[in-house]
Amino acid sequence: MTAALTILATDPTGLAAPARQLGRWRRLPLKAKAGVVLFGVFVLAAIFGPILEPYNPSYQNPNQALSIAPPSAAHLLGTTQAGEDVLSQVLTGIRLTLELGLAVGLIATFLSVLVGVSGAYLGGLWDDGLSLLSNVFLVIPALPLLIVLLGYLPRTGQTATILVLAGLGWPWGARVIRAQTLAIRGRDFVAASRETGESGWRIIAFEIVPNQVSLIAANFVNTVLYAIGASVALAFIGVTNTANWSLGTILYWAQSQQALSQGAWWWFVPPGLIVALMGLALVLLNTGIDELGNPRLRDANQRAKVNGRRLRPSDPTPVLHATPAPRPTAVTAFMRSFSRSAYLADRAASRDGATRVGAPKPSGGQR
Amino acid sequence: MTTDLGSHVPALGESGGRGRFSGEPVLSIRDLSIAYRTLAGDVRAVDRVSLDLHAGEVVGLVGESGSGKSTLAYGATRLLRAPAVITGGSVRYQGARMDNPTDLLELSADQLMSLRWREIAIVFQSAMNALNPVLSIRDQLTDVIRAHLPVSRQEATDKAAELLDLVAIPRSRLRAYPHELSGGMRQRVMIAMALATDPEVVIMDEPTTALDVVVQREILGQILELRERLNFAILFITHDLSLLLELADRIAVMYAGQLMEIGTAAEIHHEPSHPYTKRLLRSFPSLRGPRRDLTGIPGTPPDLLDPPPGCPFLPRCTEGTDACKEIEVLLAKVRTSADPSHVTACPFVLPDDPAGGDGDRLPAGAGSVSSAVSPAVTPLPTPAGTTEVTS
Amino acid sequence: MPFIIRRVAFYVVAAWVALTVNFFLPRAMPGNAVESIMSKFPNLQASTYHALEAMLGVGHPGSLWSQYVSYLNDVVHLNFGISVSSYPASVSSLLIQTIPWTLILVGTATVIAFFLGTFLGIFAGWRNGGWLDRALPGLMFVQAIPYFFLALVLLWLLAVKVLHIFPIGQGYAGGTGLVPGWTWAFISSAIWHSVLPAFTIVITSVAGWMLQMRNVMITTIGEDYVLAGQAKGLSNRRVIFNYAARNAFLPQLQGFGMALGFVVSGAIVMEIVFSYPGIGLLLLSAVTSNDYPLTQAIFLVITFAVLLANLIVDLVIVAVDPRVRTREAA
Repeated sequence: MTAALTILATDPTGLAAPARQLGRWRRLPLKAKAGVVLFGVFVLAAIFGPILEPYNPSYQNPNQALSIAPPSAAHLLGTTQAGEDVLSQVLTGIRLTLELGLAVGLIATFLSVLVGVSGAYLGGLWDDGLSLLSNVFLVIPALPLLIVLLGYLPRTGQTATILVLAGLGWPWGARVIRAQTLAIRGRDFVAASRETGESGWRIIAFEIVPNQVSLIAANFVNTVLYAIGASVALAFIGVTNTANWSLGTILYWAQSQQALSQGAWWWFVPPGLIVALMGLALVLLNTGIDELGNPRLRDANQRAKVNGRRLRPSDPTPVLHATPAPRPTAVTAFMRSFSRSAYLADRAASRDGATRVGAPKPSGGQR
Repeated sequence: MTTDLGSHVPALGESGGRGRFSGEPVLSIRDLSIAYRTLAGDVRAVDRVSLDLHAGEVVGLVGESGSGKSTLAYGATRLLRAPAVITGGSVRYQGARMDNPTDLLELSADQLMSLRWREIAIVFQSAMNALNPVLSIRDQLTDVIRAHLPVSRQEATDKAAELLDLVAIPRSRLRAYPHELSGGMRQRVMIAMALATDPEVVIMDEPTTALDVVVQREILGQILELRERLNFAILFITHDLSLLLELADRIAVMYAGQLMEIGTAAEIHHEPSHPYTKRLLRSFPSLRGPRRDLTGIPGTPPDLLDPPPGCPFLPRCTEGTDACKEIEVLLAKVRTSADPSHVTACPFVLPDDPAGGDGDRLPAGAGSVSSAVSPAVTPLPTPAGTTEVTS
Repeated sequence: MPFIIRRVAFYVVAAWVALTVNFFLPRAMPGNAVESIMSKFPNLQASTYHALEAMLGVGHPGSLWSQYVSYLNDVVHLNFGISVSSYPASVSSLLIQTIPWTLILVGTATVIAFFLGTFLGIFAGWRNGGWLDRALPGLMFVQAIPYFFLALVLLWLLAVKVLHIFPIGQGYAGGTGLVPGWTWAFISSAIWHSVLPAFTIVITSVAGWMLQMRNVMITTIGEDYVLAGQAKGLSNRRVIFNYAARNAFLPQLQGFGMALGFVVSGAIVMEIVFSYPGIGLLLLSAVTSNDYPLTQAIFLVITFAVLLANLIVDLVIVAVDPRVRTREAA
């Protein structure tokens, strides 16, 4: 007849055997796993940084030959204009930036949960007011506001930066959590439980919050991402304390000392690259959490394959007729030995016919 | 709003439609099997289902949630998305406009595209979800008309206006958007849209489930009237058997992906030949009959990932025996039925049927049927408490 | 109409909050701000001193409320005071010189990036599982790079070290005696100088828009009306664009509005790398020289611009989404 949209099955019966129950770790999307591993590398670098640093990052080597020196055995990442060792600075930077990011993440996430849940729970004017506050601080661009805030502070060290960033980092999460809380607890129920005098804190702590764990986790990751990005940008402009060796500060000095035009790539590439990789780790984590929470996104990755062939939504439902599997050559057999789905299919094929409902029936039945 | 259907249309309330149709079926599904490929294995959503639909006939497909009725309908038109696969069977369609029958399962994507809607249309369950929120009613009606028929934009708009007339919706609604219409109006728009290109077959997937009973009545009346006028066949999917008793010509009962019984509405109503059908009939109240206790069907449908052998209804069947575990689920004629096409999958629960004689069915190791229904075999106990089958 | 009115009211409130924060900050900070500035600029005249005092509210005889009112009055008349670092230039004059550069560069590049990313995202969502999906980790990496770092790398690669194609920085070839004006020489030079910065913005943000649109498309494709569109036998093109993408575009637009603040912030910092004569460079000099009037004014200008852009996005949403439009008539 006409060209058919058939897919040759690798197992002749067209039905695969049930797979082993996959372990929890293996079921996590690949992206999440990669994110965890990558982030773990940075955490290790932060923890062991002080031990691994070859020099004091602020030590300025007076030797002129070591000013803006390219990477060498003594200085794995070269030196800055003032003879400081870039590697030590970077290690310190990782630690400081990570500390800052996680601290802001924790504080801001806590604030978001507080504001979001209480807004949804209390309702009425409280809710309207808190929502308005969240929305206003969401729409005002963060970086200029941060610059103005930090610009007036007498001391702009790590603690001040953390507090300021956390102070502006909660609105997004608060909005999302509030929406979710409203969905979980219909407002009528909330009003009713208030009438009956049920302890609000118990409801919040034991029922509302545990239901939103993945949302809160995603929110935390996002906040850390924002904190790292914002702090690096602020340090780059020079608003935060330039004596602190955060990754952004290294870039600030690199920029102001014309590292670029002097071609001192070892000065500005490592810190920026690390910031990007940290960001990547967090984005991967986030996508993984997203896929865990949103079944459609996850299914989209799994569903799109049928028998190893990717399908688009516009493709009609595929038809697999029972055809005998082609005899594999030695090469294909060897290659297939690495394929897990092929292994399963082969196992199914060898088990075929044992106990199945509906073996091919005799010609009878309905006409 | 009264629905004056005209005297030639059977009013709702009379039992059964027009009974059996004869001749070549318009849509002929044979041994269709559909499975969902999951990481844990294949879920057999539809297992070797065979069903015929004749021109102008109303066939009702009834079953509980998860019985595979929607999967059957969407799979037959190959609208199911991954991870669904069709693992066997054929779906032959021969409409009045076609010279030769075609197997839908062998068509390419382009061929399917031209056949869809023009020959087989679908009325989806939830009109709010099935209508595009950003397109006006006119756009949604005309785009399908222009996709299949070589007409100008103006002609398509005129046709769209006529379609709205057909379902008693004011023409001014052409400019409206779906969210501006009431639920009943939206469903009627869906029906009008389904008829836009004059199809032979209309699959209706629980079209009235989301509506209140009054509107439901109107819509059903409308459907029947349109069927009279335009003579298309309807595959009406629902979980509400009571509806089908008045609406359908024939009824097919589905359970766990397999057909349990097929017969005319009158036969199904008065001479049900399967325990599941009997229980379904007893689970809704009758407006006219004597009062009786409502009974549900306790238990849950079987796991389709690894179905147990034999009859799928066995765990919940009050008349089942051990022999049921070894039968093959086949549809065989009900000898005592007035309807020659009445078939059932239960070999045992028939009043005086000496089944097994003509070679229609070979239940392995069951011996003679009479011994199976003798009191010597203890039937399964009926658990206390009931669960409603129909939602 | 009520929807638009509500949105405008909201933006007015947000603008007012920004103004008030701006007003109270210097007064709330410990220490004498004016003294610290004066110590840095010993040459300031008495009038500037008074202006600074007025701006920072130090030792001013009037009540807080009257100061506030006069402050608001000043803002409305676009009187932002005198710049301390570029004395005696007024802040407004400085702003007027730099805003057009930023507006043209950032505005154009952002819009291009948004539409390009959205368009790519449509296909990434539809052909789920194709090569675009395999490029996802790479795209996510690109999205995570800070704008200015990418700027540094690109500048180094294409202008300094490897290829000497693009100019190292600045808005136009200033050293050659070129003067700003409506001459072709100037405009072409300006365009040439804006290629790298625009390129940087587009590259970093396209990935983000594409990922977002892809996710929205995947969710939208699962909706019943897309399946209905396919069941109707419509062409793939129609289903993708009129059924799926048109609906997915709405949340995408809303996301655009919400992300505007970030985009603008990132672009501004990037200007520093390129020494591009926009607001970003001005901000850097303002911060390093503790020029409070200028810093505050820049903050206000950026905030108002973002609010205005958000309002425009809201208007577009009203135009595109019939459900919002109807809520108005109701």
